[in-house]
Amino acid sequence: MSLLDFARGPALQWAGIIFVLGMVWRTLGIFMLMRSSPLSANRDNHLFEHGVRTVWSRFVPAPVFEKKVSFQYVAGWIWHLGFLVVLLFYKVHVMFFEGLLGFGWPALPNSIVLAIAGVTLGVLLWLLGRRIFNPVLRYISTFNDYSSVIITTLPILTGLLTFTHFGIAYETLLAIHMLSIALLLVWFPFSKLFHVITLLPSRYVLGVKFWRRGVQA
Amino acid sequence: MTTRHVPLGERMQARGISRRSFMKFCATTASLLALPPALAPKIAQALEAQHRPSVIWLSFQECTGCAESFLRSNTPSVESLIFDTISLDYQHTLMAASGHAAEEAREEAMKANWGKYIVVVDGSIPTGDMGYSTTAGESNIDTLKHVAEGAAAIVCLGTCSAYGGIPLADPNPTGAVSVQDVITDKPIINVPGCPPIPAVMTSVLVQFIAFGALPELDHLNRPKVFYGQNIHDRCYRRPFYERGQFAESFDDEGAREGWCLYKLGCKGPTTYNACAVLKWNEGTSFPIEAGHGCLGCSEPNFWDKGSFYAPLATATHLDTTELAVGALAGAAVGLGAGYAGRAVQKRNKQGPFEAQPGVQPTAQPDPAEKEKS
Repeated sequence: MSLLDFARGPALQWAGIIFVLGMVWRTLGIFMLMRSSPLSANRDNHLFEHGVRTVWSRFVPAPVFEKKVSFQYVAGWIWHLGFLVVLLFYKVHVMFFEGLLGFGWPALPNSIVLAIAGVTLGVLLWLLGRRIFNPVLRYISTFNDYSSVIITTLPILTGLLTFTHFGIAYETLLAIHMLSIALLLVWFPFSKLFHVITLLPSRYVLGVKFWRRGVQA
Repeated sequence: MTTRHVPLGERMQARGISRRSFMKFCATTASLLALPPALAPKIAQALEAQHRPSVIWLSFQECTGCAESFLRSNTPSVESLIFDTISLDYQHTLMAASGHAAEEAREEAMKANWGKYIVVVDGSIPTGDMGYSTTAGESNIDTLKHVAEGAAAIVCLGTCSAYGGIPLADPNPTGAVSVQDVITDKPIINVPGCPPIPAVMTSVLVQFIAFGALPELDHLNRPKVFYGQNIHDRCYRRPFYERGQFAESFDDEGAREGWCLYKLGCKGPTTYNACAVLKWNEGTSFPIEAGHGCLGCSEPNFWDKGSFYAPLATATHLDTTELAVGALAGAAVGLGAGYAGRAVQKRNKQGPFEAQPGVQPTAQPDPAEKEKS
């Protein structure tokens, strides 16, 4: 069995199963935990609406912190959206999902996806460098932070190398790209990348808690 | 089929082949082998002076497609001439002799050219029941070992002899193996393909005859000059791949426009061969040009790498049923973990406070002592 056969076959198979298993496991486990019941009267009667409002308001920086955190927000938006576009709208990726799901969707032209992937990779590398070289960020960063960024960056990097047939043989690049995706799938449910599931609910819970106490968050 | 010591140049003249045609062939061969043009006269000189090298062609588990591809050119070519100028002392399909006479011819050729003859093999070798494939009562593996003993080199013609090919495909009922699985002490050149390109075969023979040396080989023992690049990199449809223009089916507008066949399962990006450059039928066409994706026939285990019509970007083992099973397993584990977590939460709420392991209570300073200080 060649490296590509392994990557296309057992590696993606097991990574996919572990990904789904881990995501369902952790999601159910977290949502089944008991919530603490309030010990005082609510100071707001529209908690649901305000909780939802907090979910959306956190997508942009708070005015008071705008100068300090805008770069982080913009960079985050760029690479998250770029990653999604490349994942879902690159022709070859659409073929992958079509092979798995039985249906596909229109893709973007390769030149556009290539440009977006390049920008996404650049931003991710910049953020990784910033985390390494900024003393404050370095101080508060853990293994989970570095590994999650690197494991997210690898598929973009190897995908670009595969697309351009850069360096080594295409089948080796394609195999490495698929293995990097397998690594991402396995790492995803058990790392900070799981915030894909927890981000919005936790914002909602936080918003409700604040508004209940009269804090307009 | 006996060895005649008449130089090639004389035989060509006898057959009415002009010197110009011969030199053109030598120049083409030098070009195919990526040799400097200055070596073309040396190739001609070597071939002219060369006595017919003895070739013993062994056919095992095969379909004769490789031999057909090599021999059945519809017009005589200089390539067929060079084949005619080797001493083909043994070949089941072509030789006039049969039965014991044929086997005796092989033995005679081996004795007369011991250590110098070339063995060409097409077909894989069964290792299961020896009765699967025999010649004159002798199993293929015994014949191969016996004939290879006195060979100068072995040329594996076609994917079956090079890697086991279709006979080796799952479930491999005959226990088929390749030549290099059996013979490990002789130089082996693999010329894979189903079938291989005739010009590749003749060029390999010419290099061996002219220079007495094997061509440079890659990690799979294939001549680098022919198998150094993948088909995709030299495919005339490559620009469409770059632009993301793919045929969706074999009869849609994209297919008619000649767009890339990647989406229809073309294995060109992972297949190393010279098909896109040398082509078949005297350079007329090759499978992709005829409208069908590459099957990857010159790569090991090409038959067992998933559907020919599944794009390379797709997973071969993953499907939604397995993911659903994974989700169910995850739900079971998640529910278990959730209930366990709730139980711990309840116990913590009901019971007295207990310090977490490893947390030491900090001593509070006496206020009176603090005031004094």
